[in-house]
Amino acid sequence: MSDILVPLLVIIPLVGAAITLILGRHPRLQILISVLALTAVTAAAAVLLAIVDSTGKPAVVKVGGWEPPFGIVLVVDRLSAIMVVVSALVLLGVLVFAVGQGYADRDRDTPVSIFHPTYLILSAGLFDAFIAGDLFNMYVGFEMLLAASYVLLTLGGTGSRIRAGVTYVVVSLVSSLLFLGAIALIYGATGTVTMALLSDRIRELPLDVQMILCAALLIGFAVKAAVFPLSFWLPDSYPTAPAPVTAVFAGLLTKVGVYAIIRTDKLLFFDVPLQVPLLIVGGLTMLIGILGALAQADVKRLLSFTLVSHIGYMIFGVAIGTELASGATIYYIVHHILVQTALFLVVGLIERKGGSTSITQLGGLLKAAPFVAVLFFIGALNLGGIPPFSGFLGKVGLFEAGAASPNPLVYVMIGAGIVTSLLTLYALMRVWNMAFWRPKKDVEGYESPLIESLQEGPTGSVGTMTGTATATDTETRTSPLMIGAATGLMALTLGLTIFAGPLFDLAQRAAGNVSTPEPYIDSVFPEGALVPVSVDEGGVG
Amino acid sequence: MSASITLVVLMAVMYGAGVYVMLEKSLTRILIGFLLVGNATNLLIFIMSGRAGDSPIVDGNGADTVDPIPQVLMLTAIVINFGVTAFILALIYRSWWLSNLGDEGDDVAADDDEDEAMEIDQAGVFHASLEDDDAAVRSILDEGSDLGDPDDDDESGAGAGEQPSEQDRDVMR
Repeated sequence: MSDILVPLLVIIPLVGAAITLILGRHPRLQILISVLALTAVTAAAAVLLAIVDSTGKPAVVKVGGWEPPFGIVLVVDRLSAIMVVVSALVLLGVLVFAVGQGYADRDRDTPVSIFHPTYLILSAGLFDAFIAGDLFNMYVGFEMLLAASYVLLTLGGTGSRIRAGVTYVVVSLVSSLLFLGAIALIYGATGTVTMALLSDRIRELPLDVQMILCAALLIGFAVKAAVFPLSFWLPDSYPTAPAPVTAVFAGLLTKVGVYAIIRTDKLLFFDVPLQVPLLIVGGLTMLIGILGALAQADVKRLLSFTLVSHIGYMIFGVAIGTELASGATIYYIVHHILVQTALFLVVGLIERKGGSTSITQLGGLLKAAPFVAVLFFIGALNLGGIPPFSGFLGKVGLFEAGAASPNPLVYVMIGAGIVTSLLTLYALMRVWNMAFWRPKKDVEGYESPLIESLQEGPTGSVGTMTGTATATDTETRTSPLMIGAATGLMALTLGLTIFAGPLFDLAQRAAGNVSTPEPYIDSVFPEGALVPVSVDEGGVG
Repeated sequence: MSASITLVVLMAVMYGAGVYVMLEKSLTRILIGFLLVGNATNLLIFIMSGRAGDSPIVDGNGADTVDPIPQVLMLTAIVINFGVTAFILALIYRSWWLSNLGDEGDDVAADDDEDEAMEIDQAGVFHASLEDDDAAVRSILDEGSDLGDPDDDDESGAGAGEQPSEQDRDVMR
């Protein structure tokens, strides 16, 4: 059963992309195909998660029947399955939002015909990266999703998007080349790219070689995950894209990087002492990210900075390294994917209702759009970590796991985490005060210390340019689908809160798979990794 | 593992030259830098396959064959780089278009809804306006002689085109 399901996760979106490309002239059929494809993947992933969770063993598929380490393997353990399920749900929700936006913009006959194929290729790349059993396949997955993301980010080719796109493309390319170079070095040192075998062989290398290889790989992933100091590109590129695209990027693309970091740390370089560097980097990511968010007037930019900042929590969780911490990290990743995507979708709605995304121009939204206000408020409290929401539970889980660690630096990080959490709440509540509570008539000439010395988005960003220019046109144009999609994702975050117990247990079980390399290796090589290391390739030292 | 020193030196030069060119502001030079660094990485993978040997087709007596896996990895990486290069070229063209034609260019390229990128029918408009595009480009080329260099708006075209070729020559040596 799982033999069929695992490859389908990648095949369905790719076939869907091909079909939607052919159907470029038939937008309705395109929508139908992409919704069907993503629904099918969601279902397949859910079944797979159930199978993997009940058997407790990762599902391994040898592509083309070649035995590892000679062929490509796809490995779905609980962590991969969870990531695929959550991404599929988010992709589906955002797709519905994008379709709704298309309908709302009266373009029933003329949507962008390349959107659906590109979106499906992005999904395929994402799933491929999550289920890849060897490093090179993971690289290919990354490249697929990045290539698709370049297209989505520069959709329409306006000046601001091209400018943002150039930064994004160049940074992503450099990180990809670093990743590829690291793969080459790892291959040179071990003679394989299959992760299960790598895990064995890397441990036989001298520690200094391990550290160099690990650093090369981690830097590549850290750029993708937007970990400080490699996070500068993110707030400049994400906010200019169309709202649904930003939502998907924010929710999923950085998390692929975090997922890759987890695999690197737990599976490949189990012996390398990464705790202190990761703790420091994680703490700085949190603090610098949130301080950036405080200075923003544009809600999209503000959210992009909070996104960077909250990646820090995940790095913190990875750094602690215990099974408890891994479980909390997985729960936190799921929470953050959902809440960040939902918030970006809500900002897309705010942009429609208020005609801008800058809090210096918004006002009176509570009266104009009470339902959107409720959605934003829930999301803001959740992201800010107010009990009883999942953001609070995830953070408590992380801090609890951290407090059990003997390293004193962890307590500094817990402090940084709490400060970050409060500052997130402050930034988002300021948006609430300005955009929702402030009456519309007060917006002109409003003076308050709260909005002094805020940085607007760069001229030409969507928030200031199209916002003011098209405010009157788009003001009322939201479709029920858009609100439905945003509500659905927000409901999922609430579900994460309500079913926190079982879900946290699931995350802990996933962590049990992940936190030591043995289950992964045993699943790929049931008889043990008996392939001899040839002297020629293996012992480079 | 042994490797040819020529390849190692070549790779190092390509990395160095590529990173240097990539640090320029101009998009074309970034592209050239990317090509150099990308191919240097391919070369790195190749070097990792160790010493040279017979072609890696298994015919029963595979005693002295070369390791085939790096070649497979390289092939995949080359294809990916190729695709990305095509995309960057399109990006450069679009960037040049916007910086030289600006809003006027948008009017030629698409209808007034250009800003609302989600709305426009890329396929329909694109096919319909290719000729308009070409005509507009040609008229611009005729008008100003200094606009021939497809740089982005951060830098005027003066002197561009010289440096990349120098770098190329370095690499060829």
